[in-house]
Amino acid sequence: MQNPYVPYPVRIDDIEVATEDKSLKTFKYVFLNDGDEEKFSYQAGQFAELSVAGVGEIPIGIASSPVEKGFVKFTVFKAGVVTSHLHNMKVGDIMGLRGPLGNWYPWDFLEGKNILIVGGGFAFTTLRSSIVYMLDPANRPKFGNIDVVYGARTPGMLLYKNELVEWEKRDDINMHLTIDAPAEGWEYNVGFTPPVTEQKAPQGDDDTYAIVCGPPVMIKFTLPVLEKLGYAHDHIIMSLENRMKCGFGMCGRCGIGKELVCKDGPVFTLDQINQTPREY
Amino acid sequence: MKLVKIDKKQWAEGLESLKKSFRLLGPVKEDSYYSFKALKEGEQPDFSFLNTRLSPKSLLFPQSEAIVEYSLDERDEDHHVMKAIETDDSPRAVLGIRPCDAKAVTLVNLNFDTSEYKDPYWVKALAATTFIGLACDTPKSTCFCTSVGCGPYHEEGLDLLLADEGETYLVKILTEKGGNFLSTAGLEAVDEDTTLFDAKKKAAEAKIISTIATDNLKGQDILDLHEAPFWEDISFACLNCGTCTYTCPTCWCFDLQDEIHGKSGKRFKNWDSCMFPLFTLHTTGHNPRGTKLQRVRQRFMHKLKYFVDKYDQGIMCVGCGRCVNQCPVNIDIRKVCALMNDHKVDEQACAVQE
Repeated sequence: MQNPYVPYPVRIDDIEVATEDKSLKTFKYVFLNDGDEEKFSYQAGQFAELSVAGVGEIPIGIASSPVEKGFVKFTVFKAGVVTSHLHNMKVGDIMGLRGPLGNWYPWDFLEGKNILIVGGGFAFTTLRSSIVYMLDPANRPKFGNIDVVYGARTPGMLLYKNELVEWEKRDDINMHLTIDAPAEGWEYNVGFTPPVTEQKAPQGDDDTYAIVCGPPVMIKFTLPVLEKLGYAHDHIIMSLENRMKCGFGMCGRCGIGKELVCKDGPVFTLDQINQTPREY
Repeated sequence: MKLVKIDKKQWAEGLESLKKSFRLLGPVKEDSYYSFKALKEGEQPDFSFLNTRLSPKSLLFPQSEAIVEYSLDERDEDHHVMKAIETDDSPRAVLGIRPCDAKAVTLVNLNFDTSEYKDPYWVKALAATTFIGLACDTPKSTCFCTSVGCGPYHEEGLDLLLADEGETYLVKILTEKGGNFLSTAGLEAVDEDTTLFDAKKKAAEAKIISTIATDNLKGQDILDLHEAPFWEDISFACLNCGTCTYTCPTCWCFDLQDEIHGKSGKRFKNWDSCMFPLFTLHTTGHNPRGTKLQRVRQRFMHKLKYFVDKYDQGIMCVGCGRCVNQCPVNIDIRKVCALMNDHKVDEQACAVQE
């Protein structure tokens, strides 16, 4: 019987400061035991519990992509007990990973569709995983047009900036990067994510799906924009967060009605969310 | 299924000899209440109880259970590697569990033993346990088991069911596990026809006079119930003390916490409660169930609606009455269930609002 409470032991292989304010760091992990990486086989959109002996666990979206092998990456905001401890850990330290957990963006279903990704702030981790997955040469032909609207307060607060710049140069993905206010050397959009989405995102239709991930205020103002652009509620895909402990549907706290965010989610369509009491 | 009769004296002797091969757990009187305890040499279960103050769920799902351990000492080769704690899964028997509490085990099992994930601590403990039920001939005034798919002689979750009959027990053998238990005890069982047992069952069921209606719950709309006007009234007096979830045999929510002593530590699975604000508090300070109305609503919606919709196995309540008896402000699940079951959306009120 697989014990879902026991994490795979991992070693921190690299730590990168991800934003200019140092509130986010990207941790690269390698598995200590042969075979664990295969067991941890995941899809873009899933999360895992980062498990620190003596401190606790924290559910974090997987930022690396299934097409990247040999490691897994998580970008973590320093906020509470576990994440603050994590930010003080160093390369070589041993910790644990439990997962992969939850569902994922419906990749099989999305084949042949146009994809609009709307992200804000540091909620770009599983979106990064998704973009890298779709841009993989083996996968890119499976999808139609790919548009990405990604906004942050300043250029230095954008995650994965080097990759964003590389994607800007490609012709098989339409990047719409934006920052809140003009900044020196910034050559892309200026303005909040919702209005930039309104100006730059493709019209919604039967074959176009939006994946939206961001802070509550961005979501609040982006949803009406998507409705205006013609995206039906079952064509808007979101990823929810709630306080979690077990991550596999047993401890009871992340329920939003009869659905549990950890196991039935975190990915839901807006249509599905509308049918829950929205306790997130 | 076979019915036998066992002399009480022999039963007591049988139990004593069983202690060699089984860990026996049974009701024991402590001060003014009963609870399930491991029986020591020479100690017999005390069956003169109506029901225990706390449910016996803790025998399979302890209030605090160490599940993972690790060393923080960097001189150890496997420091910071988290390992499962080995549990004692030797055979054990729970003696005198009431039928409501046994059914509750089958409901909690739906949470801990799923096709996708299994909680090995629960699953192994359950497999190692034989459940010897004790039928209820004297219910409490707050018992309402017969209207929630259970009853004083209900057999679900049990391996043996004992009915008290003077100097003897009428024993219904419900599973192979139950049969093994009797043969291991070397008990002389005399075959008995079911007439007396059936009559006792009927008489016991007739004594349960408190009932609830649950027939409309499945057909109710989740959002209609969630938005119903009665939650303010129901939750007004609630202290969020958590007594209801603590005493409930079907409440399964838990927390995970690390505890370290010097250079070694353990991770524990501890009971938690939807009545507590910390249960759902985000690190940002946001709390999706930050008010007591939201928390009280969550408890009843989970038991009487979400569970019903998710599993299609009735409500997540066995009618034991513990929460009714022990709530310090007299919140009564029977009244809440009636409000939910009878709820009708006032279409005109909506029209006026709009």
